[in-house]
Amino acid sequence: MIVNQKKIEGVAESLLDSAEVKGRSLWADAGRRFVRNKAAVGGVIALALIVLFTLIGPSFAQWSNEEIDWAVLGQVKTMGAPSFESGHYFGTDDLGRDLYSRVIQGTGVSLMVGFIGSIVAVIVGTLYGAIAGYAGGRLDNFMMRMVDIFMSVPYMFVLILLLVIFGRSLNMLFIGIGLISWLDMSRIVRGQTLTIKNKEYIEAAIASGVSNFTIITRHIVPNLLGIVIVYASLLIPGLILTESFISFLGLGVQEPNTSWGALISEGAKSMQYGTLWQIGFPLFFFVVTLFSMFFIGDGLRDALDPKDR
Amino acid sequence: MFSFIAKRLLTAIPTLLILIVVSFLLMHSAPGGPFTSERKLPPQVEANINAKYGLDKPLPTQIFNYVKGIVVDFDFGPSFRYKDRSVNDLIEDGFPVTITYGLISALVAVLVGVSLGVVAALNQNTWKDYTALSFTFTAQVLPNFVMAPLLVLLFTLKLGWLPGGGWEGGKPQYIIMPVIALSTSYMATIARITRSSMLEVLNSNFIRTAKAKGLPHNRIIFKHALKPAMLPVLSYLGPAMVGLLTGSVVIDMYFSTGGIGVLFVNGALNRDYSTIMGITILVGVLTVLLNLLVDVLYAWIDPKIRY
Repeated sequence: MIVNQKKIEGVAESLLDSAEVKGRSLWADAGRRFVRNKAAVGGVIALALIVLFTLIGPSFAQWSNEEIDWAVLGQVKTMGAPSFESGHYFGTDDLGRDLYSRVIQGTGVSLMVGFIGSIVAVIVGTLYGAIAGYAGGRLDNFMMRMVDIFMSVPYMFVLILLLVIFGRSLNMLFIGIGLISWLDMSRIVRGQTLTIKNKEYIEAAIASGVSNFTIITRHIVPNLLGIVIVYASLLIPGLILTESFISFLGLGVQEPNTSWGALISEGAKSMQYGTLWQIGFPLFFFVVTLFSMFFIGDGLRDALDPKDR
Repeated sequence: MFSFIAKRLLTAIPTLLILIVVSFLLMHSAPGGPFTSERKLPPQVEANINAKYGLDKPLPTQIFNYVKGIVVDFDFGPSFRYKDRSVNDLIEDGFPVTITYGLISALVAVLVGVSLGVVAALNQNTWKDYTALSFTFTAQVLPNFVMAPLLVLLFTLKLGWLPGGGWEGGKPQYIIMPVIALSTSYMATIARITRSSMLEVLNSNFIRTAKAKGLPHNRIIFKHALKPAMLPVLSYLGPAMVGLLTGSVVIDMYFSTGGIGVLFVNGALNRDYSTIMGITILVGVLTVLLNLLVDVLYAWIDPKIRY
């Protein structure tokens, strides 16, 4: 009996011990999966370096982005090449302006378009999709038909139309990109909401008299977060591409502001004179950023999307 | 089938009407009339011009006339910039060019993309697969406006093989670079979609049955696997076509091919409202029709879809 008593105590103790072992949450699991993905981690590091470069880069610049170096003007091909002596680390553009400062400025604008656009998409798209999916019936039908109509419009042309009519400014560009960016997101969120809606915990919330608004913000939106993060991360490079496309045509950001699209366009116009650095540096930042964004997006999808598990 | 097409057309018509009315209102709300210039016109002249273009009528009448002109006579009105030419004339000049290289690009993207995807799927996890995958991944960061300068740099400036721009009635050497620049990123996406859907189909039960029956390999691939594997590609074709149309703006600007893209950008820079509206609406109509065509094809190929 005594031995048995001891045994039981031992078992109880070990049970108590194991109770202290912490369970891993879904997010911790996802985090571990993400960190194990080397390409995604590399993408995060590269992106962090680029963001850091736009933040601390300006303090090393010897020229501002609109200042014209008159000594270089007219002989950009020889004098405007990248060099440390002249202070033009990335060379100058065709007008003798410092490319280093312009690339930093353009990188800032392009990244901002991507991030602000996707923040708008996340807020508007998530709420719109969640409301449509949760409400169901006629309201859902109407809201999704609206999205269908918006999506079948050639948005790039309409965006340019907007820019022409309301003036080509950075704010208008943000508004225009914000207007279109949430459409896909709302569809995805609605689909996900439809499956969440029928879960037992939502039923329990309805039974205990929680208001519809609280059910959406408390119970549905947090459960959508995974898929929203994945699509937002894949949306950012898409928006950057859109902005670059418009700026490449000269219809986006206006001087003295610039962006990757505008810089690539300028570089492309002058490359026949052998000033290849003018297209090389912006293109390098463009390509590296997009690559890291896609790697991060893929990594997040592998880590968070329950479908592929 | 007919009721399905009719139902889709019924939703397409309000879409187009909304597009036309909204863009008309946008144009109307623009600051300054189309004939506001540095030089102040005498009021009498201005009134005459406004009367000629119908701008003195009340807004609903103007909208009605504009919509009626497009629907009944397919007339987009006069260009506000080129006084002696209508928007129709401008579009008639540019549109054939755009359609020519647009269709060739679509064809190249589908043919090369699908074959790449099939080859990659049949040789999963071999060097062929990895080559195809790395191509599709690289092409994601090479949109048309990056491809165009890079191609010119390589083929025109370094090698001197191809002319850097122009159209010349569509001679092959003038078409090659626009087509490559326009189709690459869509080709890559099509290849990626084909690969993953092909892999899925190849692992399905009916392919196993076909193998067990002892059907020849080629027959299994082309007769049984390819058709269902094409469905996701087909549903991507709608957005891809719209992307090609949009991309033509860059091609026209960069290669001076003289399509509608250059009209659109010049119209945007010169505030030639009627031209940009005409092109926006034309592209809108094409978009809706292409999506309709893709949906009909999809319903036709996929026996699982009931309408």
